[in-house]
Amino acid sequence: MTAIPVQSESAGGLQVRDLALRFGGVHAIRDVSFEVRPGEIFAIIGPNGAGKTSVFNVITRVFDPSAGSVMFKGQDITRTPRHQVVSQGIARTFQNIELFEGATVLDNLMLGCHRFAQENFWGQLLWSPAVRNTEAQLRAHVEDVIELLDLAPHRNSLITGLPYGVRKVVELGRALATRPQLLLLDEPASGLNPEETRDLAFWIDDIRSDLGITVLMVEHDMSLVSEVADRVLCMNMGQALSTGTPAQVQSDPRVIAAYLGADEA
Amino acid sequence: MRFDYDTSYRDGKRLLRYPSQKLAYALLALVLLAAPWLLPKYYVGELSYLFILSIASLGLMVLSGYTGQVSLGHSAFLAVGAYAHAWFLSQGLPFAASILLAMAISALVGLALGLPAIRVSGLYLAMVTLAFAILIEHVLGRWKSVTGGFNGLPVADPVMLGLDLSGLKSFYFLCLACLVIVLVLLVNLMRGKTGRAFVGVRDSEAAAASLGIWVAGHKVLAFVISAAVTGFAGALMAHHVRHLTPEGFNLLLSLELVLMVTIGGLGSLRGAVLGAFLIGMVPALISQIKPLLGERIAKQFGLEIFFFGLILAVFVLYEPKGLNGRWLKIKAFFETFPLYRKDVFRRGKTYMKSERYR
Repeated sequence: MTAIPVQSESAGGLQVRDLALRFGGVHAIRDVSFEVRPGEIFAIIGPNGAGKTSVFNVITRVFDPSAGSVMFKGQDITRTPRHQVVSQGIARTFQNIELFEGATVLDNLMLGCHRFAQENFWGQLLWSPAVRNTEAQLRAHVEDVIELLDLAPHRNSLITGLPYGVRKVVELGRALATRPQLLLLDEPASGLNPEETRDLAFWIDDIRSDLGITVLMVEHDMSLVSEVADRVLCMNMGQALSTGTPAQVQSDPRVIAAYLGADEA
Repeated sequence: MRFDYDTSYRDGKRLLRYPSQKLAYALLALVLLAAPWLLPKYYVGELSYLFILSIASLGLMVLSGYTGQVSLGHSAFLAVGAYAHAWFLSQGLPFAASILLAMAISALVGLALGLPAIRVSGLYLAMVTLAFAILIEHVLGRWKSVTGGFNGLPVADPVMLGLDLSGLKSFYFLCLACLVIVLVLLVNLMRGKTGRAFVGVRDSEAAAASLGIWVAGHKVLAFVISAAVTGFAGALMAHHVRHLTPEGFNLLLSLELVLMVTIGGLGSLRGAVLGAFLIGMVPALISQIKPLLGERIAKQFGLEIFFFGLILAVFVLYEPKGLNGRWLKIKAFFETFPLYRKDVFRRGKTYMKSERYR
């Protein structure tokens, strides 16, 4: 396991400053600032269309922000090329599962290790001993993830044949296989049954406490959020409404107004 | 019944894991090695041609089957490889150097096409590659000083290490060896990092980018590899046809290649070879069954195209996974006998992706 760096203890925090994202006249995000501290589980909640996923997409560089900056571990990643975000230690999952459907669970997870695969092109053509060693190392690393998430029964199944709940777990596993310091989970519990959601809550907690990974998640399931999140940011119409502990945010009148409509009286 | 029982992480990547597989491939090798002495002359020539088509089909499979980029212009790469090889031979270069240079030139042309082409996908990419093929055909027709124009370009006999390889049997073995080499190299590439990344780019560009895969780079790389392999096949094809004309590399050839990879089963190298054999044998089969069809039908023009269409329609309806899919089912039937269940291969649910960004 020499090729893969061991998780460093001092996983850095994420600072988002005055972030704005406009598509023409549509303000998807307006002046949102927040900070995710190292080792924290931070949740973003808000009604549909609040701009939660857009924040994720700006952090992972799918979109260029119109203004503002994203700092991770003290480095500005606002202009990092999209495929290099993961080498900064940021991994993500997607709201609508984006797995490689024509590949097996194992290959999906192996793709999570893509950034550690130091394989020479000509070596790959000849299947050289060096490449074979790297592949075995990656496999050993992937097996750790498989064990953590109980994916062993599905190891060699194609994604197309898997039920939705398992796909969600595979996607989480694929993100973990990148050995991130910051994990972005976009609605990890959507479409899961209560039992699967409970497993997920344990896993998220384990990911933080055992692997030392900072977690930033977008989630609608408030019971999951209050169970695992340390702090919560509530967004509405692209703006940050309130930040605090789950209980604080839930009792904030502005948050209640955003969800239920304002009571003018 | 057979269970995969891995005792090492390397087992999963091994190609011939079981004695039965080794036996099967050894038998296949034996048959292929003995074929020139067992088959009538005509069929030996046909088999060599099928090997060449298989290489071309493998080239397109890398692009279409693994990275999901459609190309309707692969006959252009065959043409570039064939003409480059013939020209280098006419300049007195040795066979091996000439064929490698032809490959390199085809790869460069692939790079030149790939760089702009990756900006579009799907139907638009098909259009771009189609236009490219038409363009190349015209260039070959007009650039008379190099290509001989529509009069054609004669191809020198293949001579390697003082051995004349133009004979029926020796050319057969040359093509067979080339196919085996290309196949093994591609199998290796596809089970390593690059092949996985190709599949990743095909199935979800958003996820691939988030995992650190340089999507544009891999798409271009697929174009280059595909062009190089197809150009290699073109160089061999030059010896098969012996006299190159631009019409020999028309759109129908491109379409045949697309048929090969689709009917073979997208995303499988085995499929590429099986597809090339099936489609490549259609003309010979038609001439065999012509006497049975009656005079009216047998005289019809375009019987081949009709059969191509028929085969495609049957496969799309009944076996969308192609010959490779059928092969896997037959294999599973025997491996799990007597517990085979049809539903194992039922098409899985696909969950709609409502929000796709690229």
